[in-house]
Amino acid sequence: MALSLATASFVIERDPARCIACQVCVRQCANDVHFYDADDDTVRAHDQSCVGCHRCVTLCPTQALSVRLNPLEYRPHANWGPDILRNIYKQAETGGMLLTGMGDDQPQRIYWDHMVLNASQVTNPSIDPVREPMELKTYLGAKPERLEIDDHGDGLTLRTELTPQLELDIPIMFSAMSYGSISFNACESLARAATEAGTYYNTGEGGLHPALYQYGERTIAQVASGRFGVHLDYLNAAAALEIKIGQGAKPGIGGHLPGEKVTLDISRTRMIPQGTDALSPAPHHDIYSIEDLRQLIYAIKEATHYTKPVSVKVAAVHNIAPIASGIVRAGADIVAIDGLRGGTGAAPTMVRNNVGIPIELAIAAVDARLRSEGIRHRASLVAAGSMRCSADVVKAIALGADAVYIATSALVAMGCHLCQHCYTGKCNWGIATQDPYLTKRLNPNIGAQRLANLLRAWSLEIKEMMGGMGVNSIESLRGNRDHLRGLGLNQVELDALGIKAAGM
Amino acid sequence: MSKRIVIHEEHCIGCRLCEVHCLVQHSSSKDIIKAYGGEHSHLMPRLTVEEDGPLSFALQCRQCEEPSCVEACVSGAMHRDPLTGMIMCDEERCVGCWMCIMVCPAGAIQQNLLGTKIASKCDLCYGAELPACVAHCPNEALTFDDVAEKGAGS
Repeated sequence: MALSLATASFVIERDPARCIACQVCVRQCANDVHFYDADDDTVRAHDQSCVGCHRCVTLCPTQALSVRLNPLEYRPHANWGPDILRNIYKQAETGGMLLTGMGDDQPQRIYWDHMVLNASQVTNPSIDPVREPMELKTYLGAKPERLEIDDHGDGLTLRTELTPQLELDIPIMFSAMSYGSISFNACESLARAATEAGTYYNTGEGGLHPALYQYGERTIAQVASGRFGVHLDYLNAAAALEIKIGQGAKPGIGGHLPGEKVTLDISRTRMIPQGTDALSPAPHHDIYSIEDLRQLIYAIKEATHYTKPVSVKVAAVHNIAPIASGIVRAGADIVAIDGLRGGTGAAPTMVRNNVGIPIELAIAAVDARLRSEGIRHRASLVAAGSMRCSADVVKAIALGADAVYIATSALVAMGCHLCQHCYTGKCNWGIATQDPYLTKRLNPNIGAQRLANLLRAWSLEIKEMMGGMGVNSIESLRGNRDHLRGLGLNQVELDALGIKAAGM
Repeated sequence: MSKRIVIHEEHCIGCRLCEVHCLVQHSSSKDIIKAYGGEHSHLMPRLTVEEDGPLSFALQCRQCEEPSCVEACVSGAMHRDPLTGMIMCDEERCVGCWMCIMVCPAGAIQQNLLGTKIASKCDLCYGAELPACVAHCPNEALTFDDVAEKGAGS
């Protein structure tokens, strides 16, 4: 066999003074990095296989382990960095596409970090969220042109018939992650946390496991190009339906669940044969125009008797503003947009890192376009694609989003360490895997609690920031770009975001 | 009602950290590095992780309602603690006849490694707030709960 030119990404450092050879690391590594040498009663490591997930480091009872970037240095070259060389070595060896997981890891500009928020001083009072009510309640769905109210003399009633709405206690939902790409325990954790926090989680395109129907009221069920697990009960079980056109991590590409992950339970849920690859076509084969999309939106509305809002999810790409306008005119109640840095269980590396635009620019463009066309009220705007903290959420809403979807943050709350190897099915944290040895590692009681804790913590922070701005309702912050200023951005970027420069 | 270690096998990940921390808890230093250093040769955990494929769980004394070990004990070493109701082994009185090991339905009693004829079994970390195995289980596969009295192996 020809020599592999690929070098290890990480090296394992084991402190021999601390290592007690208990072999917890050996048992916990699904990549078989650690091994026990009975002759010497020592534990050693195959560094080459380490993906840097920190499972061993976290569980080592004596803190004997550390994982470092391989210090091996290449001759410095501004154009040909070590990652580029490693990729070429790998492809020269395999002849295959580079695969990866999670969102874009390249240093493209993160606009969240170039926007700052306002706070009240002297001329307008700030509000103390501990002492005064602070409203985060958000309704997603089409809003009427105007409200007609009947006055009976002894009271008022609403004559206008409202279209179905999703009621959120916090403007953060869990984004689409399918059963198949993540484990059942991860799905259950998300469903239970969404129920506890008064928000919604999204099934992704993997259908809904029968055991999760009990959380249907907090479920957004997806209809994607593969139509996996889509049937009438599935549609009716959910609170809302979402047509998935695209995904930020891989715009223009369909999902791919390798056959190894299609276990009996997943095959039943997805309604496909066990062990077969679940390949979602790149396009919906019945949607080649806005008119076609309208037909599917209304087919779903008919099937569910106009009782549930229908969302359409697209990736943030060039011309996202007219695309979103078309989606609203096609009859969608919610437009979900997923940006360049949105995550995935598996995507070609080149697509993940190079296709699409950052969500910040997409929100600004879409909100402005829908306002200028006078149709902003006809659909809610949900932003996705890397909301890393509560400040990102506040900025997204100030830019014009009604609510946000989080997925990577949710996975991190459940234990994900962003090793980006979801596609291997060997997730040591029991999340992106169907291996029965590994899925047990995520206890849904712990997972649900940690997710609910995260949402609670973010809601406290959001209220604190809103109070500082003198805003006591998230409604007053929505699309209020005057609360944002740009730092270190050029005029073109400021114009695209529709915000002033800091100091202005 | 009494406190029992409850096994949740669906959450056991087979890492055996319970065994590690049980051993440390029953060492003289209670220091993990020292326990696995000088003392290691004669220390053993008082529970065992049983495995069959992906199924695993940590097994320790089930605190039987009608304990066979107490009935079989010739010296009165195995007894039910009058204060806590827990099954304990009075190591001063144990003569090493190993009858308890023969009759234990869970196989939760072992000979100790000192060769001093003392039956080694879970003492629920007597005196500690939580048994070490429960406190250190990373996935809450062991909990220390109030449970209604049940028979052996419950």
